Amino acid sequence: MNWNRTLRVASIFIVIIIAIFLSSPINEKINLGLDLQGGSHIILECVDTPNAPVDNDAVNRVLEIIRNRIDQLGVSEPVIQRQGANRILVQLPGVEDPEAAVEIIGKTALLEFKDEAGITQLTGAHLLNAKTNFDQFSRPIVLIEFDKIGAKEFGDATKSNVGKVLAITLDGKEISTPVVQEPILDGKAQITGKFTVESANHLAILLRAGALPVQVEILENRSVGPTLGRDSITKGIKAGIVGLILILTFMLIYYKGFGLVADFALVVCILLIVGALAGLKATLTLPGIAGMILTIGMAVDANILIFERIKEELRLEKTFRASIDAGFSKAFRTIFDANVTTLIAALALFYFGSGPIKGFAVTLSIGILASMFTAIVVTRIVLELAATKFSSKALV
Amino acid sequence: MDLIGKKKFDFVKNRRIAYIISAVIIMVGLVSIIFQGFNFGIDFAGGTLIQINFSEPVSTAEVRRVLGDFNLGQSTIQNLSGSEFVIRTERIDIEKRKEILSSFEENLSELEILRVETVGPVIGENLKKLALYALLFAFVGIILYITVRFEFKFSIASILALFHDCMIVLGIFSLLGKEITIPLIAAILTIIGYSLNNTIVILDRLRENIKFKTRETFENLINFSINQSLSRTINTALTTILPILALYFFGGNILSDFALALFLGMIAGTYSSIFIASPLLLEWNKIFKVQQKGIRITEKKGRK
Repeated sequence: MNWNRTLRVASIFIVIIIAIFLSSPINEKINLGLDLQGGSHIILECVDTPNAPVDNDAVNRVLEIIRNRIDQLGVSEPVIQRQGANRILVQLPGVEDPEAAVEIIGKTALLEFKDEAGITQLTGAHLLNAKTNFDQFSRPIVLIEFDKIGAKEFGDATKSNVGKVLAITLDGKEISTPVVQEPILDGKAQITGKFTVESANHLAILLRAGALPVQVEILENRSVGPTLGRDSITKGIKAGIVGLILILTFMLIYYKGFGLVADFALVVCILLIVGALAGLKATLTLPGIAGMILTIGMAVDANILIFERIKEELRLEKTFRASIDAGFSKAFRTIFDANVTTLIAALALFYFGSGPIKGFAVTLSIGILASMFTAIVVTRIVLELAATKFSSKALV
Repeated sequence: MDLIGKKKFDFVKNRRIAYIISAVIIMVGLVSIIFQGFNFGIDFAGGTLIQINFSEPVSTAEVRRVLGDFNLGQSTIQNLSGSEFVIRTERIDIEKRKEILSSFEENLSELEILRVETVGPVIGENLKKLALYALLFAFVGIILYITVRFEFKFSIASILALFHDCMIVLGIFSLLGKEITIPLIAAILTIIGYSLNNTIVILDRLRENIKFKTRETFENLINFSINQSLSRTINTALTTILPILALYFFGGNILSDFALALFLGMIAGTYSSIFIASPLLLEWNKIFKVQQKGIRITEKKGRK
């Protein structure tokens, strides 16, 4: 074996080792998209209402309040971003109950105390704290505490409504209609609605984080529960393995020795794709898995082009070695052209892409590059090595 | 080299049959697109999609009855297994979703929410625009690339073949009433990129043969090039279709339409590479009266 070839073999092994190193342990190194690990993708828009027009300041406050609410939900690594003038992107990976999260995020949460005539006496603007507790019948309740100004307002409101109903409403909906027994001057009150532990907890979160200054509308919401996410991963892996086995078998049967080389190159290609995904910290989505499976099929294409060319050269009664060289040089341009066009399409997808589809574009692009590398470099070196040991008859 | 001896099938002579087959399939699709239109999924039309799994088997009729209580009886209901459903409705907010889901639990059985997607009309319109831009970008990018690498008429032939493939997939999707979703656009773009591979392989061969075999007629060169690349064209298509089939049968319902589109696209793409793209070059030469004779080049040494 000459030095040049040794060097090439060594560098391939180094690349493979790097790829394996980058991607193991695999369940920690690959970022899963919301569609695979479960979670919510939400786009909110702040909308103008006659009472509360939207301005820059209002959007920033909405952002802040929503961040507070999400922090209290205990979501790890949420994304909360302003998009353009009035939109806010929220991504909540791994939430167990996406619907509850969406409900908490989108609520205005304006707390009001209204007298029997329906006139607002005070709002939750001057709340100091809100927490859950249980009353003597062990029903969940929400305890609220006003700050100084709030306590004064609340004192006045209760004073002028003794013996009457002072309804508590959230976003205009009554949650409790207590009768005021006596004026409450210490700024502390309890809300006894028909709460479950969960709904009491959610109300407390909303009240602590404060009401949104403007109305928000949910423009887009894509939530996947953890079960479906896991299920998608299982099915994706299964489809991938079945596809892989079909191709490995097909290549072996149809191309025999050459097929074995292609199969080896394909396995290397998959290692490289996974390594690149991990190394680039790319997010693997469900369409991304589809992209990988598709790439498994496309990756052997280059090998087929090369082998067919080599076979043709062999038919011209060239030596094995010369046929390999001619086969590669003639197939290269075709492989290159064919892959560039797929890359152009992937690029278009990447710019178009919302989250999951971007994942598809990324795996497809990485897959194309990896398959070109393995076909042109790995397959070639393996064939060259084979040519030193075997005659072409052994491979065809 | 014996050109005639190697020729197995006369693609050029039979090209009109291929044109007719393609034209019929495309026309049927086109009629469906015009009169039935597309079934836009919530990605583009806006709306709400709920995927749920009941703990007991439930019938579609029962699900529809409960939805009817909310004036949503017209919704699309897809039963994936005895207990798993995908429900597509107009856009409904979270309050109403909660009511519907608790009504399911009261009237039918306990359930697990697997997936909820809600898309507003603004986002849908926006996505439509983006999808169109992405398709345009891909088409223009590929035309430019092929024009730079090959001759202009090669790029026209490739693009017509591409158009042919996309129309067939879209036509069949319209005919079957399959949903047009974002993943479908991704599939179309992939088809655009990939279907060219096979066309390029054959055109590349033709380009090479035009250079070296100047004494042949253009018809023979086309036939020869297609036949020469036939086994690789079919094998590369087959190896790509195998994992797509695996995806279709094992990849779950979210990806099955995506896999179906890819499958149709690959079949159409392979067919058009063989039967449509190269013969179109012949039509081009006939229409524009191009004499494809080139300069007489002696064949390379060592090639007999």
